[in-house]
Amino acid sequence: MKTVRLDLSTTSVREVNDYLHHQLVTEGVRVVEILHPNGMHNIAVGLDCPIEAHVRGNAGYFIGGMNKQAHITVYGNVGWSVAENIMSGSVRVKGNASECTAASGHGGLVVIEGDSSSRCGISMKGCDIVVGGSVGHMSGFMAQAGNLVVCGDAGAHLGDSLYEAVIYVRGKIHSLGADAREEPMMEADYVKIGELLKRAGFELPPKEFKRVASARTLYHWNAEAHQEY
Amino acid sequence: MCGIIGLMAKKEELRQSLGELVLPMFDCMAERGPDSAGLAVFAAAVEPPLRRFSLFSERHGYDWSGLAGSLETDLDCRADVVTRDNHAEVIAPLEVDRLRQWLKQRGNGVRVLSVGNSIEVFKDVGRPDEVARRYEFSALRGTHCVGHTRMATESQVSPAHAHPFTAGEDFCLVHNGSLSNPYSLRRLLEEENLEFETDNDSEAACRFLQWRMRKGDTIEQALGSAFEKIDGFYTFLIGTANQMVLVRDPFACKPAVVAETDQYVAISSEFRSLAHLPGVSEANIFEPLPEQIYVWRVAA
Repeated sequence: MKTVRLDLSTTSVREVNDYLHHQLVTEGVRVVEILHPNGMHNIAVGLDCPIEAHVRGNAGYFIGGMNKQAHITVYGNVGWSVAENIMSGSVRVKGNASECTAASGHGGLVVIEGDSSSRCGISMKGCDIVVGGSVGHMSGFMAQAGNLVVCGDAGAHLGDSLYEAVIYVRGKIHSLGADAREEPMMEADYVKIGELLKRAGFELPPKEFKRVASARTLYHWNAEAHQEY
Repeated sequence: MCGIIGLMAKKEELRQSLGELVLPMFDCMAERGPDSAGLAVFAAAVEPPLRRFSLFSERHGYDWSGLAGSLETDLDCRADVVTRDNHAEVIAPLEVDRLRQWLKQRGNGVRVLSVGNSIEVFKDVGRPDEVARRYEFSALRGTHCVGHTRMATESQVSPAHAHPFTAGEDFCLVHNGSLSNPYSLRRLLEEENLEFETDNDSEAACRFLQWRMRKGDTIEQALGSAFEKIDGFYTFLIGTANQMVLVRDPFACKPAVVAETDQYVAISSEFRSLAHLPGVSEANIFEPLPEQIYVWRVAA
């Protein structure tokens, strides 16, 4: 398999992304090694081809944003908004992620092996997120579709104003947000968690997870609620 | 946007190269705040009644030695002066009000940036990397420093509006974010006869906290009351003679990353400006939680 090495200590992010968008496919490259990311922003955004990209180090904001088809692995920590608006393919982070993981993600799989900070999965629209550690406050805020699986604990206001996304938490939930509620686990939930954990590479019993979903009381305006939800 | 940085050296050898370590952090944060920059550095305390005064003149080539000469004659004291471009540090055995009064009459528009036994403040408009070189940040030594790169959003770009802001002695604050009630804070403080130098929202926060501490609050108590009184988005980094204090608003809207080793505590808006630090790959790296107060004290 043809592999290419791109070194961010000698090449700009713009040049690297330009190569990934245009030349890579014509050269028949299937594996890309990206070296010395040093926390830079916007690495490997907008990929649209079935390649593997290995980012060797810590990356900054928006890494893997808008990803389609590609499978990106970051061997370090990432900044805000990793895999923002992901459409398909996968983004895996070996370390921790900062805020807004997979914000607005439509499809594909995002795996954070460590912790993911606040607003993980905010406004997600159909992607799946599996976090090996814990998530910060306001995770799953206004999440519309897809699944957020948290193997550790969840911070304050989990699932505030949820739509139809479902959140599974194995550890403690600091507090639920407005209109989020814990629901009984059904067989379909165990099956789904089992599949997601397997794809993410975590060996944990699905029986240990709790389900959080929308109570749907915010779906329709209630003039008698006096803004008290 | 805006970028904040902080660095506390835990070991003596790092204190000798504090400026060299902080310079790349500063350069890296230039993208987040390209219009002005500033740094407060806390160095060995001078013995009272001596004080360190950081002074600033908007005029290039200002006659600082002339100013020091007149000051020595008029106020009958010795004044040691070190100058860097538009900035001068004067070390003299003077009461703060006495120097301020004298500057009003004889200072030709010279402003006081900071007062204390340990603190020295540099701040000016311009690209942060240029400001850092103009004021020779790489040569600075000390136990800890607090810096800022500014992208102005709510008040004008001027040297006075650059951060850090100071209040009282050996106290400074840098801010990433924007406050929504700075004017009610100002009204509250004006009733207490506090004066402001600018219309900047971060100055209001700085003066509020220092006012609470002058009333007897610890920094933790002052910040507790700030959580109630200050509305808006903020990551505040505060420097005092022996502490560096970090806090984020209840939503943690503005970023901050901490990297701590047995050698140093480094704080930045983004990890990339910490990436060059020695041993950072083994550091304890974390994001401060919302409304949590993080305090690091200078080791003896």
